[in-house]
Amino acid sequence: MIRVQNLVKTFGTFTAVNDVSFEVAEGEIFAFLGPNGAGKTTTIKMLTTLLKPTSGSIELDGLNPETKQNEVRRLFGIVFQDPSLDGDLTAEENMEIHGVLYHVPHKVRRHRTEELLKQFELWERRKDQVKKFSGGMKRRLEIARGFLHTPKILFLDEPTLGLDPQSRNQLWSHVKKVNEAEKVTVMLTTHYMDEADRVAHRVGVIDHGKLVAQGTPQQIKDQTKTESLEDAFLALTGSTIRDESAGSADQLRQFAKMWQGGKR
Amino acid sequence: MSAIYILWLRELKRYTRSRAQIVASLGQPMLYLLVLGFGLGPVFARAGNGNYFQFVAPGVISMSVLFSSIFSGLGLLWDRQFGFLKETLVAPVPRIQIMIGRTLGGCTVAIIQGLLVTAISVIAGFRPSNYLAIPIALCFMLLIALVFAAVGVAIGSGLQDMQGFQLIMNFLVMPIFFLSGAMFPLADQKLPLRIATGIDPLSYGIDGLRSALLGTSFYGQFTDFVVLIALAAILMVFGAWRFSKIEI
Repeated sequence: MIRVQNLVKTFGTFTAVNDVSFEVAEGEIFAFLGPNGAGKTTTIKMLTTLLKPTSGSIELDGLNPETKQNEVRRLFGIVFQDPSLDGDLTAEENMEIHGVLYHVPHKVRRHRTEELLKQFELWERRKDQVKKFSGGMKRRLEIARGFLHTPKILFLDEPTLGLDPQSRNQLWSHVKKVNEAEKVTVMLTTHYMDEADRVAHRVGVIDHGKLVAQGTPQQIKDQTKTESLEDAFLALTGSTIRDESAGSADQLRQFAKMWQGGKR
Repeated sequence: MSAIYILWLRELKRYTRSRAQIVASLGQPMLYLLVLGFGLGPVFARAGNGNYFQFVAPGVISMSVLFSSIFSGLGLLWDRQFGFLKETLVAPVPRIQIMIGRTLGGCTVAIIQGLLVTAISVIAGFRPSNYLAIPIALCFMLLIALVFAAVGVAIGSGLQDMQGFQLIMNFLVMPIFFLSGAMFPLADQKLPLRIATGIDPLSYGIDGLRSALLGTSFYGQFTDFVVLIALAAILMVFGAWRFSKIEI
């Protein structure tokens, strides 16, 4: 379903993704693991038409995201790592915009919105502006929105960041459900190795833009002669802590907080 | 089509929900209108140019349309930083539709804003010479809004942070406003200023609005109309092209 060959992305002199190749079969859950700044999000952005690769090729269901943008966008759904909600609109309106943009028929949209908002315990607050939500609630809404339409491929970029264990469980059981029932191919990134171990059929470990290992969680553990995926991960990527420079987005959020008392 | 509608509606909802912002954005036009309008009145009259308040009101109305529309385009910057832009960019909708929806929303807001300032001007004593020409005045407001919403999108597509925004504000938006003849008559100016005002698109918008509301014009209503239509078309295409190139 996803085929990536010799993918490279450079920003100036910095190589974010360096000659990465992998494949994800239809109906598979693939976890993409790596320390901060390893190139996970950049790879996902290239897969989801938000960035153009410097070189290499990508195929999603046989389509190239660079040339067949709209066809490809029809195929996938994505939950982003950082917020992508409109804070001035209510939870319900955010769902509605998503439904319209993804061509979900009106009736289905109403029905699914209710179902999903109830499932993620946001139904009571559906008429509230999103900027009044807590971080966890925003996260849940974002995930609920990602499930509003049924894509062939689902990208989840650190979906559980900042979620409590209850919501995390809810999320993964939902992911497993759509994966099994509707054969949705899932590609996810996470920093929680136990989640990857539990959910993913296969994992790929990326570090400094290079794919250093891939296989089933068991294969990775065997390969590094470790007991848990977390130990395997540390064995593969070392234990130094990575610095990520604060991007302009972070700076602007700071700025906005200063001016609006963190309303958004 | 429904994508355009929902994004248009979003802009409107955002506008009507930020009441504080609506009031705040009326502050500046009111200063120009009431303080400059009445303050410079005696000098203007002594120079034999008639009623300054009548003269400046269309300029201030245009100013509020200008600011409102260019900021709607630059609003891309906020959407980029707060993430909503990504949500629309990965959706299976041609980017041109997303751009059109946003832009029409921004234009609608700009026109509402322009009408609010018109209402304030009328309350303060502004009297259009011809009430039948109000549809023509609206048409010019729309053209101003379209031109500058497109400029905003074209710039906003490439803008990454707040510093850039300040730069645009000081070196583009304010010059466009001051060089437009909003505050002073275009007639009898020295050559450098005549050239500068001549290449400022807002000059034609304000001139058109004055011709509709007051019946006086420097370039001629038809010229104003043609220049603005042509500019709007070119800038829309350019803005759409820039928007289609956005990478996050």
